[in-house]
Amino acid sequence: MMQGQRTPIESGCPDGFQYMHPTMRKNYGNWAYHEDPRPGVLKHTAHGGEAIYTVRAGTQRILDVFTLRKLCDIGDEFAEGYVRFTIRSNIEYMVADGSKVEPLIAALEKEGFVVGGTKNSVAMISHTQGWLHCDIPGTDASGVVKSMMDELIDEFKGWNMPNRVHITTSCCQINCGGQGDIAINIQHTKPPKINHDLVANICERPSVVARCPVAAIRPALVNGKPSLEVDEKKCICCGACYPPCTPMQINDPEHTKLAIWVGGNHSNARGKPTFQKLVAAGIPNNAPRWPEATAIVKKILQTYKENARDWERLSDWIERIGWPQFFELTELPFTKFHVDNWRGARNSLNASTHIRF
Amino acid sequence: MAKKAHVTPMLDELENGPWPSFISGIKRLRDEHQDDRINGMANSLLGQLEHSYETRKGYWKGGTVSVYGYGSGIIPRFSEVAHAFEESKEFHTLRVQPPAGNYYTTDMLRQLGDSWEKYGSGLVTFHGQTGNIMFIGTSTENTQHFFNEINEYGFDLGGAGPCVRTGMSCVGAARCEQSCVDEMKVHRTLLNNFTDDVHRPALPYKFKFKVSGCGNDCMNSIERSDFAIIGTWRDDMKVDQEAFKEYVGKKGRQHTIDNIITRCPTNALSLNDDDSLSVDNRNCVRCMHCLNVVPKALSPGDDKGVTILMGGKRTLKIGDLMGTVIVPFMKLDNEEDYEALTELAEEVIDYWAENGLEHERCGEMVERIGLVNFLEGIGVEVDPNMIAETRTSSYVRMDDWDIEAKKWFDRKAEQKQAS
Repeated sequence: MMQGQRTPIESGCPDGFQYMHPTMRKNYGNWAYHEDPRPGVLKHTAHGGEAIYTVRAGTQRILDVFTLRKLCDIGDEFAEGYVRFTIRSNIEYMVADGSKVEPLIAALEKEGFVVGGTKNSVAMISHTQGWLHCDIPGTDASGVVKSMMDELIDEFKGWNMPNRVHITTSCCQINCGGQGDIAINIQHTKPPKINHDLVANICERPSVVARCPVAAIRPALVNGKPSLEVDEKKCICCGACYPPCTPMQINDPEHTKLAIWVGGNHSNARGKPTFQKLVAAGIPNNAPRWPEATAIVKKILQTYKENARDWERLSDWIERIGWPQFFELTELPFTKFHVDNWRGARNSLNASTHIRF
Repeated sequence: MAKKAHVTPMLDELENGPWPSFISGIKRLRDEHQDDRINGMANSLLGQLEHSYETRKGYWKGGTVSVYGYGSGIIPRFSEVAHAFEESKEFHTLRVQPPAGNYYTTDMLRQLGDSWEKYGSGLVTFHGQTGNIMFIGTSTENTQHFFNEINEYGFDLGGAGPCVRTGMSCVGAARCEQSCVDEMKVHRTLLNNFTDDVHRPALPYKFKFKVSGCGNDCMNSIERSDFAIIGTWRDDMKVDQEAFKEYVGKKGRQHTIDNIITRCPTNALSLNDDDSLSVDNRNCVRCMHCLNVVPKALSPGDDKGVTILMGGKRTLKIGDLMGTVIVPFMKLDNEEDYEALTELAEEVIDYWAENGLEHERCGEMVERIGLVNFLEGIGVEVDPNMIAETRTSSYVRMDDWDIEAKKWFDRKAEQKQAS
């Protein structure tokens, strides 16, 4: 052991009970039902009759310590000092005393936080790292989310949608944002530009060759130096070679675009979970406000809101009305790129006479 | 602050609009924090981010940074434009495992904030997509200091790289009536059994555990984890008929038929003439829809347990994969049950560690070798709950049909005897 080095305590995942509201600790595993008194508020009642109120608020997610302390101050003054965070990075305050709910909401809203995100709202957009911290991003994440939430804030605060809407963003095609009812993801449109001077020094060439999903990369000597070359006819511009080998520059200010996918759904309610499907592409990566992407998202949301039935998620709605009608209603172009050609693609084609007229 | 602030006209536009602005937050660190180090880091960060916005490119590169004794848990970031934005030239993130269920007291949040302010940029996210607290931005040296400090009061690093990753579990039994399993216990039992594999990356690629208390799967575990544990029940769901009738009375029959009865994916529901509900429990697939609509009247049964699916993942490299049912039902009542769960997870990780290719997720390996080979490898028998339909292709050798059929009947006889 090196001198002065401290051996870590491998304590792993901490016990949540020590930070849990006493009413929740007491009624652990013994909840009877919940109600939704208003958007952003949940009321859970236990079998014994005790209740806990939850107030959910959206934040900027990238929290500076001042904002973190402000959230704590609100928790101390207007709640009971216990919070948790949802999977979509909203903060939740839990109070046993129902009379604290309205003052708590007022305090949060006074400081600019947004109460909502429950039930059939547009939830907080799930969020990746982007230009702020990622090593391979094609776009920013926090900025895209901020720009879109500015426009969707009323949908976050209200219950206007047929069912909940989960929107996700991803800054590259690896898609850390995951599946969403609507997903706004990077789509590269040109093969990587290779900096041959750096490949031999930085990249483990066999593992880069192995990473390519379509076997378009092979070792090559360029200007007398060991490097890699890309068969540009085969290349699908996915960017998978870029993380293990940054001289394979895939990001491009002009040709790195955004694409929009819909119908991803993790829940098992009604149908089985579904993957998101491509609906729009070629959208400019237009910092700092990404207006073109936001306009398409809003159009899809508006069409869904006007046409879907209660409890239909976006995927349920499209399954009922069919893809031709989806493109008609949203006025988005249907192109040859919407037809899948990846493995198992024929399963996505219509092998029936089921056609709506 | 000592130095001139970088001009950020593009980022400034992200201070407009009603949603809280992360740019305003970073600017507060630049302008109002009492520590020059934090002012400088925030200024540099804003400068580099503005440069990214202008040129539409990222300027961080990875590297190797770790704390003593671990090989994982830090996301190293070195600036490629450090000459212009020097004070954030090292801007590493620490991935820290949150308490299961993401609970905090305000006291603990303040303590974490104080430690981070001492050693880091003052920027933090609860939580990243893998489920970690993301302490964003510190130097190589301070990475160790910050870890030492928070490790003393109960926090440990999460996973990064080819290792077992930080787990996730839903609010579950702590606040949700649909919870069918002790999510926190499953989460902590599994993760803390694999602490060594979290901290020392030695697997083919990442391996994720996620726990959801019911089929609503709020943790997105089927698609986003290699090992998804989802609460369910196998006896009849509970119907409070009086509460259900009250709901029908209030909302009307058409609403009830359109939103509950006809939405059941297996047509297992029927509205009786007296507005009570009949359930064909044998054909209910525990999808959760009707329970979601009327939580006051409809609840999970008493004979609770979990369904386990394996092999979910996103696009890279062979395309998106959902997890596959490997264990249709498993009780998690006592310590022995939890031991069996842990042993299964060990079996799977061992088999995949030995048979997975470099950078191959567990689900991709299953795709490559076939489900049956995987099941044989981990010692699990085939079960018709694992499939959506039986094979449609006749191109398969079936020499041992009689032996395999006998296994099925023997197993059935055993189960009958046991019950």
